[in-house]
Amino acid sequence: MALKYTKKVMDNFLHPKNIGEIKNPDGYAEVGNPICGDMLTFTIKVKNKKITDIKYLSFGCASNIATASVMTEKVKGMTLEKAKKFKWETIINELGGLPKQKIHCSVLVIKGLQKAIEDYETKSGKKTPHRIKTHLSKKL
Amino acid sequence: MQVYLDNSATTKLDKRVLKKMYPYFSENYGNASSIHFMGEDANKALDEAKKEIGKILNCGQKNIIFTSGASEANNLIIKGIARANKEKRNTILVSEIEHSSVLAPVEQLGKEGFKIKYIPVDENGQIKMSEFEKMLDEKVLLVSVMTVNNEIGTIQDIKTISKLTHKKGALFHTDAVQAVPYLKLDINNSEIDFLSLSAHKFYGPKGVGLAYVNRKYKIFPIIDGGEQEYGIRSGTHNIPGIVGMAEALKLAYKEKTTHLKELRDYMWDRMKAEIPNINLNGDSRSRIPNNLNVRFESIEGEAIVIELSTKGICVGTGSACSSKKLRASHVLKAIGLKDEHLNSNVRFTLGKFNTKKEIDHTVDSLKKVVKRLRSFTSIKK
Repeated sequence: MALKYTKKVMDNFLHPKNIGEIKNPDGYAEVGNPICGDMLTFTIKVKNKKITDIKYLSFGCASNIATASVMTEKVKGMTLEKAKKFKWETIINELGGLPKQKIHCSVLVIKGLQKAIEDYETKSGKKTPHRIKTHLSKKL
Repeated sequence: MQVYLDNSATTKLDKRVLKKMYPYFSENYGNASSIHFMGEDANKALDEAKKEIGKILNCGQKNIIFTSGASEANNLIIKGIARANKEKRNTILVSEIEHSSVLAPVEQLGKEGFKIKYIPVDENGQIKMSEFEKMLDEKVLLVSVMTVNNEIGTIQDIKTISKLTHKKGALFHTDAVQAVPYLKLDINNSEIDFLSLSAHKFYGPKGVGLAYVNRKYKIFPIIDGGEQEYGIRSGTHNIPGIVGMAEALKLAYKEKTTHLKELRDYMWDRMKAEIPNINLNGDSRSRIPNNLNVRFESIEGEAIVIELSTKGICVGTGSACSSKKLRASHVLKAIGLKDEHLNSNVRFTLGKFNTKKEIDHTVDSLKKVVKRLRSFTSIKK
């Protein structure tokens, strides 16, 4: 195989966890795009400042699917504060490494997680919407 | 079951070829440049290989330069001709769907002051002849157009392209790596000045290829040294490889490949009927008989390839060289695929050793893989 994927990557690619979409989610995120060859959507449920459920869908390569699978497993049950600080390096360690050209997959997955949390906070009124914020900062 | 459907990347060495090569490893292992009897034996094998190849390709055997493969042949011809003739003309035309071993050398020549122009292709991967004719002027030194594209299998009208090229006094090179064993190559009749081949694409050994170089024209070597191959390509001759390539080429045109086309068409018919939302990329008519390049809507090509690999099936995404680089195919882009479709393609290239049973196993597995990956795609219809 030209790309050296670890057994853990392959397991998570062939048997991904937390696949799907939560109905009426508290937070939603879409990251990447088909032009780049990787696009993910995340949906989360939040209760008592904790991520009680997280699901994802993927248009992507094996490592895109695997990194999202591992991340969702790790952050399920985590407090929002902790989940916000969750690092892409943790995913790579968990998978026993990724080919160099696939590192960006783990970064994209973290971006998705942060965006979903941000969406939840915006919707629940805990944060100024991103769009308005940038608009204000431009004005200032 | 193990199934190999990546024959445009490389092929299995034919056992009959291997048998011919054997004595030249540890019995007749002399250096073809040595003047003793062992050197002479090696030189005899070299001469015979050239004679044989010259006959098959219909070209003068003294114009055959052995190399390590087609990448080297492409580099030698393009850089060697350009650098040796830059005082005369300084524009080089290449098709936009060439292999990287043509595109990278011309890019380098661009940095050295040459003017590089890319000939556009239509949705089937065919050169746009009228555009090409407009681009041809008296400043053009060299035109390089591949005989068969490695990703989509499109066959170009090489004879017409070379004739147009010569009309304007330019020289013509073709990378014919994917043409053998499917197309008859006739260098003299097609007015080809330079041509590249690689043995491992037609059941020969890896690490050996050739550059056909019309030695009427001045060419600079890219490897200097012991002056082998008339000083055009230094380095001790790879005699086992050269003997193997000559034998592989001989076998290539001795045996018919009609069953391959039947097998390929059978595969595509089954895929079309049993897997929804798939498209064939490239020309369905002017195409070599072993190639299928297919777009699978809303899933990613590499994921398909990796999962098929876990089931013992070897296929390719685009060309093997680019599969590690994460770059969308320049060929599929050139034939007009939308940007969002560039990452959903898989190349199946059959070979003479494939069986119907293997094709059935592949389609059966493919159906499951596509269904699974589509079950959780994030692309909404």
